[in-house]
Parts: sequence; structure tokens; C-alpha cells
Amino acid sequence: MSTTTPPKAIDGAIGYADERFAIAGFLRAKSKKVFGDHWSFMLGEIALYSFVILLLSGVFLTLWFKPSMSEVVYHGSYTKLNGVSVSEAYDSTLRISFDVRGGLLMRQIHHWAAVLFLASTMVHLLRIFFTGAYRKPREINWLIGIVMFTIAILEGLFGYSLPDDLLSGTGLRITQGVLQSIPLVGTYLFYFAFGDAFPGHDFIPRLYTIHVLLIPGLLLALVVAHLMIMWFQSHTQFPGKGRSNNTVTGKAFFPVFLIKTNAFMLFTFAVIAGLATFAQINPIWLFGPYTPDSITAGSQPDFYMGFLEGALRIMPNWETNLWGHTVSWNVMIPALVPLGLIMTGAAVWPFIEQWATGDRKIHNFADRPRNAPFRTAVGMTTVAFYGLLWLAGGNDIIADKFHVSLYATTWFFRFTIVIGPVIAFFVTKRICLGLQGKDADVLHHGVESGKIMRLPNGEFIEVHEPASEEEAAVLQGKDLLPAPELEEAEDENGVPAPSARGPLGKVRKNLNRAFAPDEVSVDGHGEGHHETGPHDDEQLASDGVETGGGKAISRH
Amino acid sequence: MKWITAWRRRPWAGYAVVLAALAIIGVAYAGVSPRTDQAQASDAAASQQDVAKGKALFNQACSSCHGANAEGTKNAPSLLGVGAASVDFQVSTGRMPAMNLGAQVPRKKPIFNEEQTRQLAAYIASLGGGPGVPSKDQVNPDTGDAAMGGKLFRANCAQCHNFAGSGGALTGGKYAPPLDKATPRQIYEAMITGPQAMPVFNDTTVTPEQKRAIIAYVTQTRAEPNPGGSGLGRVGPVAEGLVGWLVGIGLMVVAAVWLTAKKPKKKQQND
Repeated sequence: MSTTTPPKAIDGAIGYADERFAIAGFLRAKSKKVFGDHWSFMLGEIALYSFVILLLSGVFLTLWFKPSMSEVVYHGSYTKLNGVSVSEAYDSTLRISFDVRGGLLMRQIHHWAAVLFLASTMVHLLRIFFTGAYRKPREINWLIGIVMFTIAILEGLFGYSLPDDLLSGTGLRITQGVLQSIPLVGTYLFYFAFGDAFPGHDFIPRLYTIHVLLIPGLLLALVVAHLMIMWFQSHTQFPGKGRSNNTVTGKAFFPVFLIKTNAFMLFTFAVIAGLATFAQINPIWLFGPYTPDSITAGSQPDFYMGFLEGALRIMPNWETNLWGHTVSWNVMIPALVPLGLIMTGAAVWPFIEQWATGDRKIHNFADRPRNAPFRTAVGMTTVAFYGLLWLAGGNDIIADKFHVSLYATTWFFRFTIVIGPVIAFFVTKRICLGLQGKDADVLHHGVESGKIMRLPNGEFIEVHEPASEEEAAVLQGKDLLPAPELEEAEDENGVPAPSARGPLGKVRKNLNRAFAPDEVSVDGHGEGHHETGPHDDEQLASDGVETGGGKAISRH
Repeated sequence: MKWITAWRRRPWAGYAVVLAALAIIGVAYAGVSPRTDQAQASDAAASQQDVAKGKALFNQACSSCHGANAEGTKNAPSLLGVGAASVDFQVSTGRMPAMNLGAQVPRKKPIFNEEQTRQLAAYIASLGGGPGVPSKDQVNPDTGDAAMGGKLFRANCAQCHNFAGSGGALTGGKYAPPLDKATPRQIYEAMITGPQAMPVFNDTTVTPEQKRAIIAYVTQTRAEPNPGGSGLGRVGPVAEGLVGWLVGIGLMVVAAVWLTAKKPKKKQQND
């Protein structure tokens, strides 16, 4: 940072605050906080700023929305529904859309912001996962993120259900089915939540309170905690020249990062406002009011619930009758299993990784995904699982728009939901190892320079130049976990340690092996190897990447 | 060709090649694939009595599948008693004569003109039975109650044709077609004859007045502009999710990459 005095405007303002709150020292210290500079580090900010927009536009909507299921006759500007009996919730949403100035725009801003909020939460979560940024010391913040993601999905579902349009009601009908499918307590849970036979008069007001008060409050508190922890722990960074695990490299909070993040906030506002202006979302006047006897083709939830919808669509119709009670596997499994697998799996993953690798070190470096093949492969397995369910949720639209048979799509997804993730695992792992091999190759042999040289014996070779210092630093920045071995897995006689015995011990040992078996070494650099020019045949042959199926490259 | 040599090493060269290849394949495919909607009209002309003329047309264009006397074959059903409305619907929407028999015969440009369609309908009607072609007054959308039509549509039609009549998928490769092109008369005929996968909504299930209301709803809905911007095909949240990810997240990622981009190092000019 420059040593010149700050501009008068800033100096004055800080001076004013300092004289009253003695804040200059605090600000001086905090303004030097350094933030990493990589595009993927900004994904979480999209969620943050979408959340701000959600709060603001949501407040606007509460001024007119009436969370009531009382029946009224619609007489408003949308003449095609004139004289139709609708609920007050639907009526007031139509009023916001057609009779309140700017109401439709605000509704659409609110809804697009919700879509962007959940979408950016997902990409942010994936970024954290694939770079291993959830590792010690950031496990708690990871957990907070998972909790926020889960309740944000619920928040979205509740918001989608409030206007009492045809799709809302269909979604609530499924919610009812899910509640009732829970064995033993299902019926009680349903009546506790709905208070009456479906749809009843109680549920919409209850949803409303949860949607506008409880969950936003929780989210706000968790967002603050999330950011404060992030600030306190500092951001992770990718390996690079002159970076270490104990220092943070990047731009100072003030002024560079502050300007960038403000610009990014304005970008978020602009994209959401642009979408809300040019793309219609949730046209409840076209859907019509909900009546239990109506349903429409293309009844889908918003995208973040799509994977549950897909699970429901491809689930075989299994039910068992036990002692006069029906257990609805056909609803219970798709409603609870995928969500449970993904969310619980994500929540416990950091601890599984610690347990399996025995790695309790502090990690301030973000891994490049290729350098953790097992983790990356597991991540892609989950992405494939989620993605296929998500696609299956739109199978009727896919069937209609791409002219394929609807049942064919159902069967396709029934098989691929099992096979797809397995393929994703192995393909991802091979790609990671291949990329590691490529990195090692660049380090050992340099970069193709495009220069062709002819040797005295007539042979043509391409001259390789050594990787630049910056590039080499990135490639060597692989977190050289000394292939995290379990301490004392076996004694000198080959007897496994007590901790490695038993089924749990075996699982741990296998997981441990999965995490680090085929690492490609990158530290052979600079051991007197010729970086430029030709290398002889025996060096090429000893290069294990091509021949050894991704096993460790020998040092040479 | 020096520019190729220079360009092929650019970072975007690979993407450009893939894009160009996709474009070429797409154009080639579009050129090669058969055009179902550009069938040649058969040149049947002249005017006699409607029935006689209709029979002549039938012999020419329909009898190979439906049989010489419309009694049906193993490829196509009997047309005895289907009535004029059915013929008018199938022929005026271009579905008949069919080009090839798939799960469902698609709408295409009609092969017969209005007069020929009337003649064909007259011939089939003369074989006995079936609903007739509705009058102009019966299908007039201006006299229908769109609000009631909307309620009826959501209860009876939206489950297949979607809330805005955008169409939807059915079982076994069949589909409920979008209602963007169907004329009021065709909508009415479809309801009383139940073409292909569609059930029959006879006058006791849905009265003629209610049919007119549904027609009013369909025609008003498709003519109605989208107040919120692009309608995104009016297919519901799937399209919205797609746009949110591709446009929303896409633009935000571009913004993030732009904001964090490093300034390219300028080449040292002097020293």
C-alpha cells in the first residue's frame, strides 16, 4: 500500500469517527486485511448479495401480500380471471403483479434473486469442496454453510408455496404426501403442520411467518457468523510463487477488495434486475388458482427442489402393508434418501477425511482439484447423482421438447442413477491423475516451445523450455502430504495396530488408501535434470505416466 | 495460410473449431433430415357433387391405409361412423393423410384445401353417423366466458396440454400438442372427436357453452402478451431454472473472472 496520506474526504470521515469511537486503529488494522484474488473466490459473494436483494424485495412484497386462505372473488386488472373464486393469498399476489406500481418487477426480482441465491450457494459449495477449503480450521464454517444451504432450500419451497397458485398447491400436495409417508408419526405430523384437511386455512399463514421471519432471521445470523469466521480465519489461497501456508497473498481489503466487491455487488443487482426485466418468472396468472381437482403438465418445483422431484418421478411404486398400515416407500425413499445422503454426506465429509487420512494439520492452501483425485472423484460422483435426479425432475419437458418417449426417460434415469455416478467416479479420477501426470511432465521436461531442432544424426526433436517460475510454483504447490499414512498401521512384524483392526479399522484403512495411493510426485524438479533440449530414450521409458497407468513417476 | 498457423495456437482456437464443427453438422443435418411439413399437395381438382368428389379424393389419398370403403386395415382404423368433424380436424390440421406412422401423427401443413376437406368430410359423413362440423357460432371465442374456460381448462385440459396450452409429454412417445396453431373450430372438433391420445369430451361432460368458454380461454391466453418479459416458452420452472443457471450464474462468473483478471504484462519498451 502507498504511504501517502489518504484523501481528505476519507481522512475527515475517519477522523470524525475516531474522535468519537477511537476507531482509527481498528480500521487501520482491518483495512489491511488481505483477500485472495481468484474468480472462484467470489462465487459466495453472489449468494451474499442475492440474499440482500431477497431481504429488500421481500420487505416490499410483505406490504401487499395477504397470507390468508379465505375465499374471495377476484375482480382486478387481469380480466381473464374475473369472477373466479380464489384465496386471498392468490388475490393479493395478482394485485401485486397487476395493480401495484412496480409490483410485478419486484416479484420477479425476488424470485430471480432466490434462483440466483440457491444456484450461487451450490457453485460456492462445490468450489469449497473441490479445493478442500473445508479442511481444518474451516470445518465449522463448512457446517454452517451446509445448514444455510438446507434451510435456504426450505425457504425457497415455502416462498414458492405462498401465492396459492396451481403450482404452489401441487407442491404443497406433495409436501403433504411426504409428511404422511413418514411411518408412525406421518398423519400426526401432517395435522400438526396443516391443522386441518388439505389444504386447510392454517398452513399458508404458518408458512408465511416462517418464510418472512424465522428462516430469514436464522439465515441472517448464520451469514454473519459465516463471514466473521471467514474474516477471522482468512481466506484460503491457491498455491503460487512466494505463497506459504502461513501467509495470505492478495489484495488489501481497503481499497482494492472493497471496490471489487462493491462492483461485484452492483453486477449481482444488475444481473437480477436484468433477468427480472426481460424474463418472466412464476406467472401465477397463467397457472391459475389452486384447486385440488386441477393439475398441469409441467408441474415442477423451482430448480433447487428439482432433484427431489426427479427422485419421486423415477421411484418404482413400492408399498408394503404391515398390520393394516401402509408404508409408502414410493414417497418416503425419494423424499428423504437423496436429500439425506447429500446433506449428511456433505456435513460429515471433512471429519471422514480427517479420520481416514489422519491429517490434522492446518490447511490454508486450497488444493487444486486434480491434486486430490479421490476427493474430486467423490465430489463428481455426488454431482452426477444430484444432476441425474435433477434432470429426471424435468423428464416430461425433456420428453416433450426432444421428442423422446416419457417412459424411456424414466427408465434411462432409473439405470443411470446407479451407473452414472460410478462412471463419474472413475472418469474423474483418471482425468485428475492424467492432469497430475501432465503437471509432472511440465515440471520435468518443460513446455513445448514450438522450436524444432535437427540433431546431427538427422533426428528431429522439439525443444522444451522450462516452465516459468510462476507456473512451476503453482504446479509444485501440491500439498505434499507425506502420503498421509495412519500412524503405526502395522508394526514391524506386519501385525495391524489395534486401531486398524475390526470392521471400522478396515474401513479406515481402505479409505486411507483411497485418499492417497496414486499420487504423482512433482518434487523431482531441479535435480540436475536437463530442462531443455532432447532427453534420451531411457529417460522417456522411465517416465511412468504413460505406461504405468498413473502410478507414481519415478524421480530422475 | 499464415494466419491459420498464427491463430491455431490461440487459447480460443480449440473452442472455435468445436463450435464451427457443431455448426456444420447442424446445418448438414437440417439439410438432410426429411421435412415433414413440406409435403407436396396432390393435384386433385375439379368439382362435382361433394360426396362423389370426396370419394375420389379418398380413393387417391386415404384408401391405401383406411381401405377402399373406409372399413379400415391393420394399419389404420375404420372411418365408418367417425363423422365429418373428425375428418375436418384430421385433414385441416394436416395430420391426415399421414406421412409415416409413429407413436403419434404430427400436425403439418394441410395437403387438401378447404373445399377438398369439406368434400372428404361429406363422403365420410355419408357412410353414416358421427358428429358434424361445428357451426361458426358454436366456436366463436368472442361469445365465450374466458374465466369459466380457464377453470374448465385447468380441470380438464392442463394436465396434458400444460397451463398455457404449451403442450406436454404423454406415455409411449405420444404427446399433447401445443395449442398455439389450433383454430377455434379445430379445438372444438378435437373435444368432440378425441383424436389420437385425447379423450372425447362429449356435450354432456362439457356442454357446448363450456366448450366455447374453453376456446375463448385458449385463444385469449395464446394472444396475451407476457407482462413479465420473455415467456420462456411458458413451460414453468424448468425453463426458469435453465435461464437462472445459464444466464444468471453465467453472467456472474464472467463478471467475477473479469474483476479478478490480472492485467496482461506489458512488454518492456525501453530499457
